Amino acid sequence: MSLPTDPFLAADHRLVPSAGGRTGAPEDVVVLGRRRLVLARLRRNRAAMAALVVLVLLVVAAVLGPVTYRWITGWGYIGQDRTALLQPPSAEHWFGTTLIGVDVFAQTLRGLQKSLLIGFLAAVISTGLAAVVGAFAGYLGGWVDRGLMWLVDLLLVIPAFLVVAVLGRGLGEAGWPVLTLLIALFAWMITARIVRGTTLSLREREFVLAARFSGVSVPGIVFRHLIPNMSSLLIIDATITVATAIIAESGLSYFGFGVRPPDVSLGSMIAVGTPSAFTSPWLFMFAGGLLVLTTLAVSVLGDGLRDALDPGSTRRAGR
Amino acid sequence: MIRQEPTTSRAPEGTAPLFEVRDLTVAFVGESGPVPAVRGLSYALSRGEVLGIVGESGSGKSASALAVMGLLPSSATVSGSVRLRGEELLGLSDRRLARIRGSRIAMVFQDPLSALTPVHRIGDQVAEAVRIHQGVSAAAAHDRAVELLDAVGIPNAAQRARAYPHEFSGGMRQRVMIAMAIANDPDVLIADEPTTALDVTVQAQVLALLETARRMTGAATVVITHDLAVVAGIADRIVVMYAGKAVESGPVVPVYADPRMPYTIGLLGSVPRLDRPGRPLTPIEGAPPDLARLPQGCPFVSRCPVNVPVCRTIEPALEPVARSDRRAACHRRGEIAFGRIGGAPVFPLPEIASAREESPRDGRPAVLEVRQLVKRHPITTGVVLRRRIGTITAVDGISFDIREGEALGLVGESGCGKTTTVMQLLELAAPEEGRVSMLGRDIASLSRDGRKHLRREVQVVFQDPFASLDPRLPVGDIIAEPLRAFGVSLDRRHGRVRDLLDLVGLSAEHANRYPADLSGGQRQRIGIARALALEPRLLVLDEPVSALDVSIQAGVLNLLEHLKVHLGLAYLFVGHDLSVVRHVADRVAVMYAGRLVEVGDADEVFGHPTHPYTQALLSAVPIPEPGTERQRTRILLDGDLPDPADLPSGCRFRSRCPLFARLPPERRRRCSDVDPPLEPRSTGDHQSACHWARDNPILPAGAGRSRTGRSDTD
Repeated sequence: MSLPTDPFLAADHRLVPSAGGRTGAPEDVVVLGRRRLVLARLRRNRAAMAALVVLVLLVVAAVLGPVTYRWITGWGYIGQDRTALLQPPSAEHWFGTTLIGVDVFAQTLRGLQKSLLIGFLAAVISTGLAAVVGAFAGYLGGWVDRGLMWLVDLLLVIPAFLVVAVLGRGLGEAGWPVLTLLIALFAWMITARIVRGTTLSLREREFVLAARFSGVSVPGIVFRHLIPNMSSLLIIDATITVATAIIAESGLSYFGFGVRPPDVSLGSMIAVGTPSAFTSPWLFMFAGGLLVLTTLAVSVLGDGLRDALDPGSTRRAGR
Repeated sequence: MIRQEPTTSRAPEGTAPLFEVRDLTVAFVGESGPVPAVRGLSYALSRGEVLGIVGESGSGKSASALAVMGLLPSSATVSGSVRLRGEELLGLSDRRLARIRGSRIAMVFQDPLSALTPVHRIGDQVAEAVRIHQGVSAAAAHDRAVELLDAVGIPNAAQRARAYPHEFSGGMRQRVMIAMAIANDPDVLIADEPTTALDVTVQAQVLALLETARRMTGAATVVITHDLAVVAGIADRIVVMYAGKAVESGPVVPVYADPRMPYTIGLLGSVPRLDRPGRPLTPIEGAPPDLARLPQGCPFVSRCPVNVPVCRTIEPALEPVARSDRRAACHRRGEIAFGRIGGAPVFPLPEIASAREESPRDGRPAVLEVRQLVKRHPITTGVVLRRRIGTITAVDGISFDIREGEALGLVGESGCGKTTTVMQLLELAAPEEGRVSMLGRDIASLSRDGRKHLRREVQVVFQDPFASLDPRLPVGDIIAEPLRAFGVSLDRRHGRVRDLLDLVGLSAEHANRYPADLSGGQRQRIGIARALALEPRLLVLDEPVSALDVSIQAGVLNLLEHLKVHLGLAYLFVGHDLSVVRHVADRVAVMYAGRLVEVGDADEVFGHPTHPYTQALLSAVPIPEPGTERQRTRILLDGDLPDPADLPSGCRFRSRCPLFARLPPERRRRCSDVDPPLEPRSTGDHQSACHWARDNPILPAGAGRSRTGRSDTD
């Protein structure tokens, strides 16, 4: 091996193992952005892909399931079969029936539909709000910071359950979107405080300074540098929120707010079915199983996404 | 000065060495099997001898010291032999080792901040070291602690012994560490990078103190460092380590004058030298091998310009060099002499593009003009009602300008205000006092849009290539970020990223990697590429090479030189390493406690410094050549920078000024009454701020700036 002709190009790149050992002309190389690199990395993660498939199937089941089931068996989540009260699973009623003869399979699918919507919406809204508020407060500091943190503290001391209960009561049938919003609205504050703390340390890092000195705007810095560097925290927070929102909604439903009979959600089915868990387990088992499956799939996908976003993670696990 | 002792590890009969390390190997647990860190290191020391172990990061030099001390985690496997006065230390139980550690072998660590317990008083910590090993009463131990603190030059020791570590400066803490190390009269003193975190004047103090400590205790001393110049000054013998092995060893003078291992030659050639400013640097291509996957043959082969086929198959052993008392691990050690092989230099000198036509300085337009810039930080108290109880003046009225295509080196110790200055300039915000204009536009009068436009012209490269690149962004996005901020289209961005990577000596494939996949040198090149993306006219370089290894540093410095010439850039180069600044800068501004004390042409300032501070700084910088280095007289400064909230009246430097100390009282009064302004000196635009300034060449002769450069033969 001889020295390169131009001593200034005596770069140390030769020793970096390049992906395929290919060193074509520079024009051949496609400069991929972060988005494409992250997607490619996510696609290579088999567990995450499986979780994604499970989630898609769940969504498809929740959307198309009730219609198909009604077409096959003729039962919906509202109608009652007076000939089959509290029956175990059978060919007629796949998941059995309730005390008053409602088909559990139809209920479960309907409940899945509601719960997925509530869980995902609440998670996206609350984590998104936490990330944006926390990052802006931490990065901008001063009055913005003080104002936003004052709001966070205020929301923390307000008894959330009471507010949701009071507001939820007046909304009736169309209440669930508002309910979701309220659940999200009272779930983001602690995360926002953590995000703000992380931002305070990130903001002093030189790469943030470098971005600022090369003319990147404040939102640019927040969305391109600060939030991606906290993605592990945010993804974990979002996965947890999916589950807690579904459970929180069931708590509210139990007290009669939010999703009310005859409409059902996974949470309300679990709440109703648990007391008779030993005598007629089919009442809550399927709803509970789907809840577990959903949270599991979400957290595996979240893990995969986190690994794809964090270039250091595969290094640790892969070699 | 140099003991002519047998350097073979096997000592003659009867004179067993005081301290002997033989075939020391250290391996850590890796993900795929053991990772060797030290692969067979041997050395022997007699009383009072100083051994310098030199190597870059990852060469195993620190791991070898920790293994000797028995301080490695239990997961590491250590084998070989470590003997102190014939007694084997490896394999001793931790309890028995604990009795030897601290009393017979003592260690001085790199980071004096974390090596002292923050919640205990300094005096108690030193007294503890005494009590554990000597079993004396608490009062006696305390008295001894004060005595020791006094011996290492801590003023007012009895009182300062009651202080906590955070009340001490870095240099003072390192003194305390040395006091603890010599508390029990050790036989062996191991100093692991003792001066790396310190400023150059403090480094000189600590090195002098280590020498005193060695003389007081007669201890055999091992100094581990990455700095070849430090070793040149204090060591009798040197061991150069690479990839866990000693690749060259021997007495210091002949090794520096006539190194036989290409790595040593490359290392010496890549250090910028204060006394030879014009000499081009010879970077060592590539990066050290991954120890987990060492290639067959010589570990240096991929970076070695004179490798032969045998190098790829057989790893050379550390064997004696003919007609000398030293050893080198190179198959071609017999052919290499004075850095040359068969008449040609082992590392050919790169051609420095000096084709820039030197139009006179006055004729070139100013890129940056700073006039009487002031930056103050308020000291406040109270949480709810903030009250201002004082002001720290970090930058106090400095003026300088940078012309097109010119590099200004801003030099000073930590805390002198150079970083504050740079940040103030980069903010592009109106200064509290004074005036800053860039490219002829006054910053204070800029609109929001105007400011954003000016950003294109001024870009920055930061010190730490690990912190300055977003770890979550691929390299291509990092480099394209400034372009994106200025609305360049995606296609043109990608094309530009490829061009920029090419310009800084990387390949286009690097665009799709993450910073974590790259080495320090490559990252710093990416930092430079990002800074160049907008085609700025002024590049602010904030210690751009101080976090890099020497062999990598040379490549980056050459790149900066190349870019300056080819793109006509102006640099504001901030640094504390005067050798590096000397290499890069055309003009120099020396900063002390928020003021410029000397400004002028680099040749003038370095060749004929007139301010006592500049003289002290220059004298403190070690030169990597044992002969020259040992003949120099150091101007040692006392103490540290003055507290910026409580500066001395008149001249700020007078509290540490060696010249002030020698002045007759009637002249002293002027120093304490009148703040000296910058005044022109002998020639050109050389200015310095001292009432009694006089020329005092500090550097050895032959320091002229010659572009031809001298080869390594002398």
